[in-house]
Formats: sequence, C-alpha cells, structure tokens
Amino acid sequence: MALLEMDGLKRIFDPNAPKELWGVVAEFEDEQALLNAGEAMHHKHGYTKLDALTPFPVHGMEAAIGIPRSILGYIVICIGLTGTITAVLLQWWTGAVDYPLVIAGKPLFAFEFAMPIMFELSVLFSAFTCVFGMLALNGLPKFFHPAMQFPKFARATDDGFLLVVEKSDPKFSAVETRQLLMSLGATSAEIVED
Amino acid sequence: MAAHPHHGETDSFELDAGLWAKVRNIILFCFLISATATAAGYFLDAKQFFHSYLAAFMWGTRILLGALFFLMAGYLAGAAWNVTFRRFSETMAMTIPYGLILFIPVALGIHELYHWSHPEAVAHDKVLQGKAAWLNTNFFILRAGIYFAVWTFFAWGIYRNSTAMDQDKDIRHMHSSSRFAAPGMLLVFLATSFAAFDWLMSLDPHWFSTMYGIYIYAGGGLASMCALVLISLAFRRAGVLKNSITEEHYHDLGKWMFAITVFWTYVSFSQYMLYWYANIPEETIWFKHRFVGSWLHVSKWLVFAHFVFPLFFLITRKTKRNLGTLAFMAVWLLVADYLDIHWNVMPTLHPKGFAPHWLDVTAPVAVASFYGFFFWNRLKNHAIVPVGDVRLHQALAHHNL
Repeated sequence: MALLEMDGLKRIFDPNAPKELWGVVAEFEDEQALLNAGEAMHHKHGYTKLDALTPFPVHGMEAAIGIPRSILGYIVICIGLTGTITAVLLQWWTGAVDYPLVIAGKPLFAFEFAMPIMFELSVLFSAFTCVFGMLALNGLPKFFHPAMQFPKFARATDDGFLLVVEKSDPKFSAVETRQLLMSLGATSAEIVED
Repeated sequence: MAAHPHHGETDSFELDAGLWAKVRNIILFCFLISATATAAGYFLDAKQFFHSYLAAFMWGTRILLGALFFLMAGYLAGAAWNVTFRRFSETMAMTIPYGLILFIPVALGIHELYHWSHPEAVAHDKVLQGKAAWLNTNFFILRAGIYFAVWTFFAWGIYRNSTAMDQDKDIRHMHSSSRFAAPGMLLVFLATSFAAFDWLMSLDPHWFSTMYGIYIYAGGGLASMCALVLISLAFRRAGVLKNSITEEHYHDLGKWMFAITVFWTYVSFSQYMLYWYANIPEETIWFKHRFVGSWLHVSKWLVFAHFVFPLFFLITRKTKRNLGTLAFMAVWLLVADYLDIHWNVMPTLHPKGFAPHWLDVTAPVAVASFYGFFFWNRLKNHAIVPVGDVRLHQALAHHNL
C-alpha cells in the first residue's frame, strides 16, 4: 500500500480520466442498524471487503464485518526490542570499545547504568512505531478516497453511519449488492465510481 | 454479540448459603491446621517463627492494602468497568482492621525482630541514638495503631457508601466515596510507606531508602490484583457471577497485573540503581547482604520470576483473555511476591544464604486464612455485587475495543 496513491490523485485533476466502478456505499439510520446490516453482509452473505464509517467507535464492529485484529502490536514489539538492543550496543560500543574512559571508578559497561537508556529507547522506538505504523497501516495520509464521492460522506463525522462494500470483493455485483444493502435497511445506497 | 445484551441480569447477586457455609468450613480448617503448626513453630524456634510470621503478615496485609488502593483509584478515575467485582475489593479493604490482631505477635516479638529495640544496643550505637526518637518500642506500637486507623477509616468510608447505595441507589454515596478517595490516596500511601519503613526497613536499622515504601506497596498492589483474579475465578468455578465478570473484565485485570509488574520493577530497580551508582557503603550494605551466598541466586531469580517472565507472559492479549493462563500467572505472581518479602526479611536472620523453613509455608497460609475468614464473613452481609451502583449496567456491558 503506497503512502500516496499518485494514480488516484492524478485522476481527480484529470477531467478526461475514465471512470471505473469502485464499490457501493450505504447509509444507515443508527449504529445498531449498521451493526446488524454489517453482520448480515459478512456472516450471512459472505462479503469480505467491507468497511464501516461511523462518527464514534462502535463496539463489536470489527467482528461483525470481519476485520481481523491489527498486526501493529507484533511490529511494535519487534521494533521496541530493536530499541533495547540499540541502547545496549550504543552504550557498550561508545563507552567500552571506541573511547574507553573510566568515570568515577565505574566499569566501562554495566547493565546497571545501561538500563535507563535501554528502557527509554524501547519506549521511544515503540511509541514511534505505534503512531507511524498505525498511520501507514491505515494508508494515511490520504487526500482522496473513492468513498468520499458518496453524497452524504461528510455525515460520517457527525450523524451518518456508512457501510462500504468494495468492488474487489468476490461476491460484489454493483446492482445486486446495492439492492441487498437496501433490503437490509439502508436509508440510501449508491454505486461509487473512482 | 452485536446487540450486547446484558447477560449479567441472569446472574444471582446473592451469595448461596450452602456455598457460603462450605467455603467457611474450608477456610476454618485451613486456619486451624496452619495456625496450630505456626504456633508450634514458636516453641521450636522463636526467632525463626517471628521472622517467618512478619513476612507472612506483611504479605497478607499488603494484599488488602492493594485492594484499598484500587478502590480509591477507581473512584478518582470515575471507573465503571470495575463495578462487577468491586464488592470483593471493598470487602478485602474492610478486612484490614483485623490486621491489628495479627500485628500483636509482631509487637510481642519486637525484641526478637528489631535490633534497635534493645536499649543496650542503642547505648553503643551513635546512629541508633540519632534515630531513637522514631525507633523506640512505645512509639513503634503507637504508630501501628495510627496506620491501622488511617487504613480502616478510608476503607470504612468507601464500604459504607457502597453498601448504602445498594439500598437507595442514591448517587450522592458515589460522590461521597470520591471525596474519601482523594485524601485517602495521599494518607493511605503515607501510612503504608511508613508502615514499610517501620516493619521491614527497620530490620536493618542503619539502612535507609526513601523509595522503600512505594516499592513495598507496589508489590502489594500486584499481589492484590492477583488475589482479586483468583477470588473471581473461584466464584466462576462455582458458577457464581459467570456472566457478570466476563473475559472482558479479566482482560483488564490482566492488564493491571502486567502494568504493576512493570511498575514494581521500575521502582525496585530505581532504588537499586541509585545505590549502585552512588556506591556509598552505608547505602549499598543492604544489597550486599542480599548478594551473599545463595541469596544472590534468589536476587537473580526474583528479577526473572517477578519481572522478565511475567512481562513476556502477559504481554499478549491471548494470555490475559484465557482464564487458565491468567490464573496460572496470578498464582505465580502471588508466590513471587511472597518470595520478594521473604528476600526483604530473611537476610537479617540467615545472613549466610537462602534458608527456607517450613514456617515459611504455614505462616502465610495462616495469615491468608485468617484474613480470608473475616473477608468471607463480611461478604455474606450484602449482595456480592454493588447492586445499587449507577454504573453497574455499564460494567456489565464492558467491552474492550
């Protein structure tokens, strides 16, 4: 996943770019209706490329529409431990190898005094990985997303509850998917082009 | 899953009388056996008895103090998730006053335990003469009374509010508890710090550490969280509160266990590192005693058992949500915490090396079953969940994102 989708960006400014079918976006009355519809779409009808846009986090949404747990935690511990090792190597190499200097009769290297830096660098590396890893895994920053073409997209930050089905879903069929969403209680559903 | 029905409504919040009597008999049986054995230990080896007893007393009392801390922290943070098991914490905190009875053997064994309590030793010791205003027998016993009074006052205030709320569902009780919690946090921490200075640190009266109080309390907070997990799981096994204390609550209790493990390490290492760096003999002597002979292995084992292993064991979501692995870690950490206290107390008695005694097994069982008896007795007086709490429905629907 590229951080900046240049192709997508170019399409916005190119009036002659051919339109492509991208997916279907549906709006629901409230979070409960969205949750029920999402669960039916994923568990009953077998859709897998679903996404939900809501003004606030909805408990159980990930499980309802089949979004797996993020791998971010595993990335964070790997990079965090890299920070620990970096701190050991840095203090050992600078203090005991490259420029050995006895200070206050202390050993050239000891875990006793290395520990605070080991802790700090573990936290620093972990925190940066957490923030920037989260942004990267979410594909952010992103200036444009096809779902934004849904007329009520901005409502998702206020009082709109949107369910997105992408074309890449093997079950996807523009007309039938839209009808299915309407039958599941959507107040409106539109086919979105990119 | 989607609708989040309040499963908890199907649970009974009253304690079954048959179950209550059965468990009380088990606790009484444990107490009689272990207390008899411990008392016999006094006649066989008085010095060993008092040291083992002091370790057990500190271990058990800190568990109850930890419960008081989590109660107050919950009120200060406006926590809702802890309501389903809060009655256990409240009842644990209200068991603290009975500790005054358990303190009597410590007071009686003062000359066996504390070097500073001998006037002839003080007469030859300039340092102890300087500390005599604080470290003297009468003031020592008076202070113990003050500590218990402070702890009991805040435990009582919160317990009274919570049980009154059971009846009238009046939110003013909750606000009153928050008002108890704010000064309580300060005063309970001070009382516990000074109790740690008095009862444990003064075993080596020349040594001092300002960090010692929080180090001892941190371990108590951890042990308390483990005890809370085990109490809840024992109820679950008996089919009680099965839908009220769910995987989601255990997950958060596990997070607390993980967090305090790290906090305990942070504090105890800070204490060690500063003394290591300054390298002043009067400060390093305490650690030097703990690096003699097999005590060195215990010191290293503590770093592993109390930090490294729990850290990597509890770091994943799976082990915190799996009740079997969580129970295993709770037992492990309770034992590790007891070893920590043992490591604090025993080098005074066995300076040459780690020398466990059978009293180190019977004494903690006796203390735990003594507190357990009063805990269990009080638990039957009210519903086992704060049924009148306005946040109860929120706690029952608690869900981790």
